[in-house]
Amino acid sequence: MIALKTLTIRKAHNALVNGEYSALELAEAYLAEIEKKNKELNAYLEVFADVRGQAKEADKKIKDGKAGMLTGIPLAVKDNILIKGRRASAASKILEGYVAPYDATAIQKLKDAGAVFLGRTNCDEFAMGGSTENSAYGVTKNPHDTNRVAGGSSGGSAVAVAADLALAALGSDTGGSVRQPASFCGVVGFKPTYGAVSRSGLIAMGSSLDCIGPIAKTVEDAKLIFDCIRGKDALDSTSIELLTVNSKPPTKKLKIGIPWKFCIARSGIDTEVIQDFNASIEKLRDANAEIIDVELPNLQYALACYYIIMPAEASANLARFDGVKYGPRVSGSNGINDYFKTRALFGKEVRRRIILGTYVLSAGYYDAYYGKALAARSLIRADFEKAFDKVDIITVPTSPIPAWKIGEKEDPLSAYLADIFTVTANLAGIPAISIPSGKTKSGLPLGLQIMAGAGEDENLFNICIPLEAALLRKRD
Amino acid sequence: MIKKEDIKKLAELARIEVNEKETKSLAKDIEAILEYVKQVRDVSVQDTVRKDDALVNVFREDANSHESGIYTDALLSAVPERDGQYVKVKKIL
Repeated sequence: MIALKTLTIRKAHNALVNGEYSALELAEAYLAEIEKKNKELNAYLEVFADVRGQAKEADKKIKDGKAGMLTGIPLAVKDNILIKGRRASAASKILEGYVAPYDATAIQKLKDAGAVFLGRTNCDEFAMGGSTENSAYGVTKNPHDTNRVAGGSSGGSAVAVAADLALAALGSDTGGSVRQPASFCGVVGFKPTYGAVSRSGLIAMGSSLDCIGPIAKTVEDAKLIFDCIRGKDALDSTSIELLTVNSKPPTKKLKIGIPWKFCIARSGIDTEVIQDFNASIEKLRDANAEIIDVELPNLQYALACYYIIMPAEASANLARFDGVKYGPRVSGSNGINDYFKTRALFGKEVRRRIILGTYVLSAGYYDAYYGKALAARSLIRADFEKAFDKVDIITVPTSPIPAWKIGEKEDPLSAYLADIFTVTANLAGIPAISIPSGKTKSGLPLGLQIMAGAGEDENLFNICIPLEAALLRKRD
Repeated sequence: MIKKEDIKKLAELARIEVNEKETKSLAKDIEAILEYVKQVRDVSVQDTVRKDDALVNVFREDANSHESGIYTDALLSAVPERDGQYVKVKKIL
């Protein structure tokens, strides 16, 4: 019996190479958990039929002494990341039955490393949402309270990791879609520097914001996945190669910036989130960090800026779903009616964002909305650059509220407001990670978000590994 | 103020079929969202440090990146209607 609850990638790797169990046995252990729990949680939309075959391949690699850190590691993959020959639907009816003709670059790298893909996980349709309630295939439930949402949009991936239905997972993060569900489910979620992981094979939402990122049980596990999938890629012209050597000299005392005005002095933050945030700051102080107040005056525009730029880009990206190139086609009276009928397969939230994006890009409104949002984005980016001259990292809560009840947020704007702390990192293109920091009285997980300067991903991991331990410690 | 006619026009531009009921609820939602996001109008563009700081041109060699036709079948296999090596659509003209 493999103890999945406390298993990490490194532990599993050591056990696999030492022959304590095989990759096949490890995969079987996860398949058994999926069999037990997935019906209720709805984390996976599909469990692949060839998991055992993949695991046997990994076992061969291990036997031949060619095992890397991820060989035989069972992973879950969000339904908007392509795996050649397998279905990918972005949890939308408009891609029902679509089979990916190629591998996403991140997937290719994981395949080369010998990872085992257990299945594809549920998400908000086209990654649009923060709860997986927008999936065309039913909501994913939070394992800590099945009346509540898992967060989103990578909710299925976060639940898979939290409920031991996978050892780690891939998600995608456009405005918090990796970090927020990780915080709701009590696991780690990492959004890299923009471009650090190739977007080739990720179904696009907001191309200047989208990032593939890992969800895992520990910071180290997230780093191991990230180290495998990152790198410049000819198939994504915005991809970059990060410097692997830490460019900043290590500071003696870690300097942590907190934009107090932005994060606490505002309405709409749950009191338990504030309490947990303050307690986390004290723990970091105990761990010998210096806490510094940082001013990021333009963060006040972040959410407004995001909800202009993202729908603008999404409305353009989703123009390709027209019933001609992929997915089903709903036949109308003529060619143009085919478009209207087919695009009616988009869910409500997707249609809303396409309409919103079309509006802000229309002649007459472009300058007032999109132009201004680009200007605000540039100011936000500059604010962060200035702040990172003074501090090593900046921390805020991951979400202003813990996981909400399924069906509670029917009004779209109220759901958007929950993204307040996560969209900033996407607008600025900087790396950000959510680490479990505590729980509410009723047992719902909370997360602390830690951000670093663009390209400082490795530095962020190095800083966060000891902080993760400090956050887990109970204070007297 | 977003009117139902505005939504109908936008939906037509975006090639999305919306019924009467949805037009009404979309008008309400879009109105509320625009009311919130319009605060970006207060941003002074003159204050902007670099408006286009994220934009750089990325070029590749002007050459065939792969042998012609090697992905054709894989890509065509995803289309809803196909006629040999062609994507089939309704008559346009």
